[in-house]
Amino acid sequence: MREMTYAQAIEDALAQAMTSDERVVIFGEDVQALRMNLFARFGKHRVRQTPISESAFLGAAVAAAMAGLRPVAELIMIDFVAVAADALINHAAKIEAFSGGRWQVPMVVRAGCGGGYGDGGQHEQALWGWLAHIPGIKVVAPSTPADAGGLLTAAIADDGPVVFLEHQLLSEDWLDYLGSGGRSTVSYDIPVGGRQGEVPDRWVPIKFGEAAVRRRGSDLTMAGVGVGIHRAAEAAEVLSREGISASVLDLRSVAPLDCNTVAGDVARTGRLLVVDEDYRDFGLSGELAATLLEAGLTARYARVAVEGTIPFDPVRERAALPNIERITAAARNLMK
Amino acid sequence: MKPDSVALYRKMLTCRRVEEAIAGLWYEGRISGEMHLGIGEEGINAGVLDHLGDGDAVALDHRGTAGMVLRGVDPAAIVKECMGSVDGLCCGNGGHMHLFSKQHLAASSGIVGAAGPAACGFALAAQQLRPGTVAVAFFGEGAMNQGMLMEAMNLATAWDLPVLFVCRDNGMAITTASASVTGGDLQMRARGLGVSGRSVDGADAEMVWRVAGELIDRARRGRGPAFLRATCTRPEGHFLGDPLVRMARSPLAQLKPRLGPLVAAARSAEGAPMAQRVASLGKITSMLGRAVRTELGPAHDPVRRLRKRLTITSEALVKLEHEVEGIVKDAVDKALTSETANEKESSRCGK
Ligand SMILES: Cc1ncc(C[n+]2csc(CCOP(=O)(O)OP(=O)(O)O)c2C)c(N)n1
Repeated sequence: MREMTYAQAIEDALAQAMTSDERVVIFGEDVQALRMNLFARFGKHRVRQTPISESAFLGAAVAAAMAGLRPVAELIMIDFVAVAADALINHAAKIEAFSGGRWQVPMVVRAGCGGGYGDGGQHEQALWGWLAHIPGIKVVAPSTPADAGGLLTAAIADDGPVVFLEHQLLSEDWLDYLGSGGRSTVSYDIPVGGRQGEVPDRWVPIKFGEAAVRRRGSDLTMAGVGVGIHRAAEAAEVLSREGISASVLDLRSVAPLDCNTVAGDVARTGRLLVVDEDYRDFGLSGELAATLLEAGLTARYARVAVEGTIPFDPVRERAALPNIERITAAARNLMK
Repeated sequence: MKPDSVALYRKMLTCRRVEEAIAGLWYEGRISGEMHLGIGEEGINAGVLDHLGDGDAVALDHRGTAGMVLRGVDPAAIVKECMGSVDGLCCGNGGHMHLFSKQHLAASSGIVGAAGPAACGFALAAQQLRPGTVAVAFFGEGAMNQGMLMEAMNLATAWDLPVLFVCRDNGMAITTASASVTGGDLQMRARGLGVSGRSVDGADAEMVWRVAGELIDRARRGRGPAFLRATCTRPEGHFLGDPLVRMARSPLAQLKPRLGPLVAAARSAEGAPMAQRVASLGKITSMLGRAVRTELGPAHDPVRRLRKRLTITSEALVKLEHEVEGIVKDAVDKALTSETANEKESSRCGK
């Protein structure tokens, strides 16, 4: 076992993938500075700078993957995928189906996501539900260093397109770059276990669609990904002092979604509380409700999610994102 | 055409002082997130926007604070917005990258390239609803590689729109030297899309003013879109706390901790051939070298340059500068007062 930060784990897993597979190339804006260590080690052909032309380089990643490379295309932030959505939605996601399963697109879209550092509603969306809506795309959102490295390893090894979302609040590199800018006058509410933790000596892929049970309870099941699941775990701690025992399921991947684990746990507890940093409507939280219905379960259900555009003002930003007060209130309400 | 240089200087100085004040607040931790300022670009912003009046529209990018000031938005409302106050320009919802003033037809976006299509839409509305008015788009040279911006230029030509595309060219897009990822020449590119234009030294505000005036005038008279490329130097890198600038300025604290991992990576057993790794290290070094050199020398500082050329008495100049400082101080004081009021407010609202 080694100890690493979230950002170090991602870089380490990438380095491992790049040494074991020559076909893995990284490209994106500013990657030669942002991924300085990888650039120094693997050179300019495998760590390639792009112009600010997301639709061109994401589209190129699709065909490069079809023709034998394994690109990791970086979008800085997932918000910017909107500029290049065609490459992902109409191409990466569809080639395998269109070709009758004969042609795969083994690419990774790597991007920061998530708020909590006060950068406004165009730079901290989660968007995983929106992306997972499209058949043919896998979407992962790790919440710990170990999961970040393991899921990235799996994403690179996967034969289809995978969107790898790293949380900007968990990655000290992104947080330094976008949030503090080296200032000691600002501070953030960073979940400790997400920022730093134990990782394996050598990365092995973590299977998609397998939730990690962070806590096992009897009254209520909480499910989600990313920082939301850390907030849920904190809330579970508070609730346990009030005699409410909650399970905390870190789904880790949004697509594929581990419906079985969620349904299995809710079958015991009879209550589901979804904690989601993504938008409430037509997303992960609604999908999990459908999962229960499809499994034939009747359960009490609530969700704590983002209900509108995330406000810039950090105070209202905190209120808009899932926080411990909202989660505990929703949980207590479910127990009534 | 000749600018009223004293008035132009006053505007530029106001932008400079407002942005310096915002920088101070950011360093104090009163402003969260990123902060992109236009210090060093005042000659371009003021030289162009001095020509706009009621009914004209402007599409700004992530560096739009000065543009808002120049369109006549109350500086206090802007500073408050940067701080996230409920009584800021956008009720604290937008922040510095998402400044909007409907009254001034001024809108910004944090999405690189978005100013292009936005200006086309503003220009279309101008053409149909307010003949004689124009729209201006501001963006960096990095944005010139964004598809939607190139498409917007073509659209402007196809529809003969009254729009001026203004490219503030500092040569850098975050850490990337734009020349290294840009094919061809920007003027030729615009011309290829039917948009002809001019290139100027953006540190020469009077020159920017004259050239922008001609291009905007043409557009007003229904002679179609134009492109203005103006060069500039920005002293603080991409944004406040730019990591390259930090590393270059305080190598001991900021660079040293990174050197160990960097050297270890470069010396790892597996990787690219040694020559390529050496080339990478060379490029990283030159990136840092560039970051050290980006100070605003007198020749590149549009504010100091114009100041030297003013033909008013030194008493009048001192008075003017004093007034500008007073206005900015007032704006900051108002913002700080409302911050205290907001703290009470938000502790109550905490939904
Ligand atoms: C679509 C999109 N891609 C990437 C970014 C991240 N980003 C913000 S500013 C910037 C560089 C812009 O360079 P340039 O257009 O030259 O303007 P400058 O910042 O130098 O004024 C980048 C890549 C973004 N905001 N939007």
